[in-house]
Amino acid sequence: MSDLPLQDIDVPIPGEPEGSARVPTAERAGKGAINLVHLYPREMSIYGDLGNTRCLAARIRRHGYSPVVHQHHPGGEFPAEPHLLVGGGGQDSGQVRVEADLEKIADRLRELAEGGTPMLMICGMYQLFGNAFITVEGQRLPGLGILDVTTQGNAKRMIGPVVLDTDFGEVVGYENHSGSTTLGAGQRAFGSVRSGYGNNGTDRTEGARIHNVVGSYLHGPILPANPALADALIGLAAEKATGRPFEPVSQDDAVADQARLRQVRRLVK
Amino acid sequence: MLRTTAAVVAGKTARAVSRLRGGGSALPGLVAEKVDPGFLSHALAGVPRGIVVVSGTNGKTTTTKMLVAILRAHSLNVFTNPTGSNFTRGVISSMLGELPANGRLNADMAVLELDEAHALKFAAAVRPTHSLLLNVARDQLDRFAEIDHTAQLLASLAEQTTTGVVLNIDDSFITRIRDRVDDGVAVRYFGVDESIADRLPELQEQDVRFDDDFTPPKPGGDDGLLKPHDERSFEVLFGDLESGQHVGPLELQQRGLAAMINATAATTTARMLLGDDFDAERAEAALRAVTPPFGRGEVVMVEGQPLELVLVKNPAGFTVALGTYGSTPVSTMIAINDNYADGRDVSWLYDVSFDSLRERGVAMTSGVRAYDMALRLQYDDVPVDAIEPDLETALDAFLAAHQDQPMRIFCTYTAMMSLRRVLAARYNLPDIGEEAS
Repeated sequence: MSDLPLQDIDVPIPGEPEGSARVPTAERAGKGAINLVHLYPREMSIYGDLGNTRCLAARIRRHGYSPVVHQHHPGGEFPAEPHLLVGGGGQDSGQVRVEADLEKIADRLRELAEGGTPMLMICGMYQLFGNAFITVEGQRLPGLGILDVTTQGNAKRMIGPVVLDTDFGEVVGYENHSGSTTLGAGQRAFGSVRSGYGNNGTDRTEGARIHNVVGSYLHGPILPANPALADALIGLAAEKATGRPFEPVSQDDAVADQARLRQVRRLVK
Repeated sequence: MLRTTAAVVAGKTARAVSRLRGGGSALPGLVAEKVDPGFLSHALAGVPRGIVVVSGTNGKTTTTKMLVAILRAHSLNVFTNPTGSNFTRGVISSMLGELPANGRLNADMAVLELDEAHALKFAAAVRPTHSLLLNVARDQLDRFAEIDHTAQLLASLAEQTTTGVVLNIDDSFITRIRDRVDDGVAVRYFGVDESIADRLPELQEQDVRFDDDFTPPKPGGDDGLLKPHDERSFEVLFGDLESGQHVGPLELQQRGLAAMINATAATTTARMLLGDDFDAERAEAALRAVTPPFGRGEVVMVEGQPLELVLVKNPAGFTVALGTYGSTPVSTMIAINDNYADGRDVSWLYDVSFDSLRERGVAMTSGVRAYDMALRLQYDDVPVDAIEPDLETALDAFLAAHQDQPMRIFCTYTAMMSLRRVLAARYNLPDIGEEAS
């Protein structure tokens, strides 16, 4: 075990080149530098969720921009100007470890969300972005309240592949959660379920959206096989970062499209 | 008693039928279990020298095979489940081949490989005398849900164990289990020597829990530590370098650090089981002779070229496999299925770095999730020549295109079973579960 305090140790993101946390000089930033922040990658990225960060960073480069990948750890200093935030799922022990820090940066996160900063929060972080998590024993653990959702702990887990219809087209992924989430009145879902459980297994909703924040239970990780969602988040981040409209470069997503279409075909009868 | 006989007969019939159909090692066990739920405890009741359960995420099959080999080298009659079918029903299935009609197993000792969830089910029926707990890693999270939960399963198994427990001293999830065993149950450890402690992070899971007052134990004279000499040669050291017992130096047929650690675990456990009867030379000879279990680095000769089958099932295992085999230049195919036994969630592929394949590229991705694997490789800038979900079609194309070079296929469990079935028919391989030993 290393003696370094945890907040000083970044997690290796498979595929990401070394030094991707460095800020590029103006002439090397391409169309602009985009600050990508992964919240609690050590504690909250259990199901390949680091793949979302890798996907975003790689695609930001392919679009001609320059990603600055920042990992925010509990107790660490929150970056001054995040343009795009990502969070993942964790074990119960991981969630306990981030609670105090999350409370510390809660106001900043709310302010960023209301200001239109794009965020993708998966599984455990989706729950923590909601109003509250109520444990099986009935204890109420307050969340950030950015998304008007409430999650009830369950004995039964909802596990399996998922297909959704969303504003970003068909989305595929894999869910694995014991929390059963209910949307508040007027809270928009991220998608409607064509195959799988979704938020609670009963109302066919999955995830939640407000401003430019997307919460979802979908691992997979969600972004590589659903590049339309990835690019929507990148486009919003690019506008935040540069103050100009997004200038995308056309991408070859044939393999991603096949991966997604084949899952849709298998699962939707 | 009648019920047990009926169970044996019914199970044996199902076993014969399923073998004719070529596979399905759990089905006959299911039949026997349905007919007589007390089948297991009855069958194992007469085994005098111990019932040993080997569990943990990675290395169960290899370690079990090594442990059995060492025990048999000491002239013990050992029953085991060699098929890698590590569910309770798989144990019953392999037992059926050896059971007399009275349903009682005739063996000195039973050594059983069981996955974490089934180890507990098994312990509910039969309390093991000994258990060997290897490690906890992210494995098929859709089945076990969370690492904490998996660690809990193993701790419960340790609580059920009556005589001795062997724990991985380098895996804090496992080491902590020492506090859960009953008074009077002996605890031994296996692990790696300080000289290679820096290689541990690549092999195991981060423990992100709060640091409590946990202090790791210091290895004693009955705890086995792995001391590698070079890439192939190593010894297992008990106690002091000068005055302690050395097993080795020796070389395994299976390559890699993970296999050496498995050998260390097996040796430590055998030494505990055998006590004064343990003979280092016999153990060395047995370990040298153990062939890799099928699909764990098994080599098939195809038209004069070696084709290696390497089972991958979780990030730690795939990372170790790439580190072990990645440096020799070969043509590579990767086959990913997402059936229950493979793990239905393929997210874990994004927790593996495929950098080592970047230079030579991957010739073929296959399996139900062939496109997801190719997509994953794209994000590591690894070139992919071809994508073909159908396994047999992919295998044919892969073999045809690489007749003049060594080949390697990384595959998930059911993909491996399918590929091996095709290869077995063509190249006369030993039947799965009946390895030449």
